[in-house]
Amino acid sequence: MTSQAIDLKTNRFKTNRVKTGINWLMGIGLFMLPLIWIDPITYLTLTVAGLSLGMLIFLIASGLTLIFGLMDVLNLAHAAFFTFGAYTGYSVLNLIASFGWIETASLGGSAFFLMVALGTAGCVGAILGIITERLVIQRVYGDHLMQLLVTVGVSFVMVEILKIIWGVNDEVVPVPLAFQDSFIIYGVFVEYFRVVAILLGVCVFAGLQFVLKKTKIGIIVRAGVENREIVETTGYNINRIFTLVFAAGAALAAVGGTMMAVFNQAVNPGMGDQFLIFALIVVIIGGMGSVTGSFIGAIIVGLSFNYIAYLVPKMALGVNFMIMAIILLIRPKGLFGKE
Amino acid sequence: MPTWAGGLRMNDPILFLENVHTHIGQHHILQGVSLGVTPGGATILLGRNGAGKSTTLKTIMGLHPPSSGRICFLGKDIHTTKTHKIARLGMGFVPEDKAVLFNLTVEENFRLSMIEENEKIHKNLEEVLLLFPALKTFWKRKAGLLSGGQRQMLAIARVFVCDHALLLIDEPSKGLAPIVVNQLGEALVRIKDKTKVILVEQNFNLACQVGADCFILDDGRVVFHGLIRDLAKDRAMMKNYLGI
Repeated sequence: MTSQAIDLKTNRFKTNRVKTGINWLMGIGLFMLPLIWIDPITYLTLTVAGLSLGMLIFLIASGLTLIFGLMDVLNLAHAAFFTFGAYTGYSVLNLIASFGWIETASLGGSAFFLMVALGTAGCVGAILGIITERLVIQRVYGDHLMQLLVTVGVSFVMVEILKIIWGVNDEVVPVPLAFQDSFIIYGVFVEYFRVVAILLGVCVFAGLQFVLKKTKIGIIVRAGVENREIVETTGYNINRIFTLVFAAGAALAAVGGTMMAVFNQAVNPGMGDQFLIFALIVVIIGGMGSVTGSFIGAIIVGLSFNYIAYLVPKMALGVNFMIMAIILLIRPKGLFGKE
Repeated sequence: MPTWAGGLRMNDPILFLENVHTHIGQHHILQGVSLGVTPGGATILLGRNGAGKSTTLKTIMGLHPPSSGRICFLGKDIHTTKTHKIARLGMGFVPEDKAVLFNLTVEENFRLSMIEENEKIHKNLEEVLLLFPALKTFWKRKAGLLSGGQRQMLAIARVFVCDHALLLIDEPSKGLAPIVVNQLGEALVRIKDKTKVILVEQNFNLACQVGADCFILDDGRVVFHGLIRDLAKDRAMMKNYLGI
């Protein structure tokens, strides 16, 4: 490489870094904009609430971005995985409550019971994902229209099965006692469950990044996304890998469902559709296939929803569509999307 | 000693195709290809654009399953075997286009190809990096940021690091500068001393440098088999089938 070419590359690298810095500064500026209208204490309370909502949405969106972004599969059954996860978590917590354990005031005990519910929901989600991918999705790879049609069908079937098992009525979810409590820090009202939601979201994000970037399976998945042929000719069964990714995406949706069930303290058969829209907005804002994009997108959606819900309640839902439209106009591939 | 050598005599073909037909969609690409390659050295597949050379390699690799005919590798029929299983039998493939993963680093491209990361493979890696020293310099760089020649070196190196019995390499010199083609030729000469290579190549000089045995394909059929030095003397055949 000539020295001129090296200089050009170095200059381009520096310019990109400056641009990234400016983007981050603009993002932080926008993040602090509501302080113009909201007092700091309320702002911090809304921020914590927004971050926790964002992390709950991230759990659903991360599964969607894995499936759509990595596998190029339009999976509208994702909402059904979410709902099944919510009901599984509800059943586990009901079982724990029947033994009288749910009313423990211990934070550790409550966290343990929540982990059991999440683990069970994740397993159920993964199994449903494997079945769906093997029986349905494998037949429609590469055909987005067919994927839309069959996954909508799968979603209907799964929700009807759910209604047969659990009934059609809304159900109250027993929440571990410690999570119903809250604490105040510097005047900011913080519920324990919100902290758990934020921690879980950050852990899932860190876990996904670690698996995708540092492990062999992550290399294989990223390679398979870019070029199936190379992965197959290297000696890996790409179908099995995609089944694994689909199962992971479904498991994440199910975990998100349980968390949302505990957050709302209720489940209903239609809850998946309500949150699927948020998840789709997050994936589009963040960029298809980017876990980092989904994470940042979820934070944006959670925070903006809460700030606007406080300032102009009627615009709370619409603001996220507006943000999505603006980002798509400026950067069609999303904030962190690949070409 | 390569693991595949056990049980096979030196003149037994390690790969043979028997009357192989391949259809891609409605197009009948391979129309009864029969060829055999013996262990050692490099076999060259020559022919004009559209002759079916790349399709032959992809058919062997299972990427385009044959519609009829037989393919046998190391004594096993593989014409109905899935691609990843063929690769595990000991066949490596360097495709014509997109032979490396642009979003992975050089290191990750290697790690992907090393299905078992044991001491032997790591030793192979050290030897391969001696053969392609530039790759060590760019170890943590994404493959998409390498030059064309470096990417091609990586494409070959990442496949060569494993102990394959047979390497299928499709037009490695395509789009490369002459000096890079020379370096590539030297690397391929050293590779073919260690493992059998089937090379598809349009660059006749590179083909002569690397291989001794060659087949010419035309319209999906084998029209010539012999030594490349004999082909070089046959002006009529060179003009008719290679256009040179």
